[in-house]
Amino acid sequence: PPERKRFYQNVSISQGEGGFEINLDHRKLKTPQAKLFTVPSEALAIAVATEWDSQKDTIKFYTMHLTTLCNTALDNPTQRNKMQLIRAAVKFLETDTICYRVEEPAALAELQKNEWDPVVAWAEKRYNVAIGSSTSILGPNIPASTKETFVSHLASYNMWALQGIEYVITQLKSLILSMGLIDRHITVEKAVLLSRLEEEYQIQRWGSVEWAHDYDLCELCARTAAGTLFVHLCSESSTVKHKLLQD
Amino acid sequence: RADPRHASDRAGRPYRETPAYQHIVAAFRAHRVTSEKLCRARQELHFQAATYLCLLRSVRQHAALHREYHGRGERSPEEVAGLVGFRLPQQPGGKG
Repeated sequence: PPERKRFYQNVSISQGEGGFEINLDHRKLKTPQAKLFTVPSEALAIAVATEWDSQKDTIKFYTMHLTTLCNTALDNPTQRNKMQLIRAAVKFLETDTICYRVEEPAALAELQKNEWDPVVAWAEKRYNVAIGSSTSILGPNIPASTKETFVSHLASYNMWALQGIEYVITQLKSLILSMGLIDRHITVEKAVLLSRLEEEYQIQRWGSVEWAHDYDLCELCARTAAGTLFVHLCSESSTVKHKLLQD
Repeated sequence: RADPRHASDRAGRPYRETPAYQHIVAAFRAHRVTSEKLCRARQELHFQAATYLCLLRSVRQHAALHREYHGRGERSPEEVAGLVGFRLPQQPGGKG
């Protein structure tokens, strides 16, 4: 499909009944399903406006991750309710990247142990749960009580923040790394590195198609950073108008 | 400080005048007074700024790589023929 040209001069935000809106010249931004684009946080609105104002001649939607996240929250195209979203997120624990260990090669097994064990230990302590790790192809055996703890914890987030959390988990393929980010225990760069530990190891051993590697890495960093920022901006009590958020 | 320099403004406005920069500066100023209660808020703000910087930087790098390696798209049949030294025949009425 041909790229959309930038058709607006000025980008601004304004406050309406439903929250903060984005104005492209005199037009109000709408979602793909033609709903009025409104966000509950002013900081988030500013960041979205910045995405639109950063477009030069053509609009590169693949760079506008915050806009995309807001559209998903507003349109809810997969039509999932809060509990379905939570269960989808917690289900990832069964195949969590940092719980799946190799036995060979020894160097990789060692790297996984050194890099991933501390994060698992952090999560176990922080949430008072048992997680562990496994070299079995079936993955770790996560106790039901552990899953229920995470379900309860995620239930404390509103629907918008949950969309963001589930998005980050899908990108990193790890619930634990995502919680590490949400709880500000690790940075985005670290979370992405830990998520891609095996790839990075193989690349150091075997080399890579350089641009493809950097391309994937940048894209994952961008999406993960956007998702994390989105979650925090949607759950800060000082910036969010809670009555505008629908649970 | 590194954060706003990545916010390139299309109209050529100095970064200090962009809404995003002003918002970040205002937020940092509001948290300047140190007390136990506000210390955690400052840490949260630092994390947020670092995350936003990561976002801006990654998007910029990703877009640059996309332009360089994905931008050209497929070659036309004429171009492909030209690569191996051929010219496509000209058919006035198009292909049969």
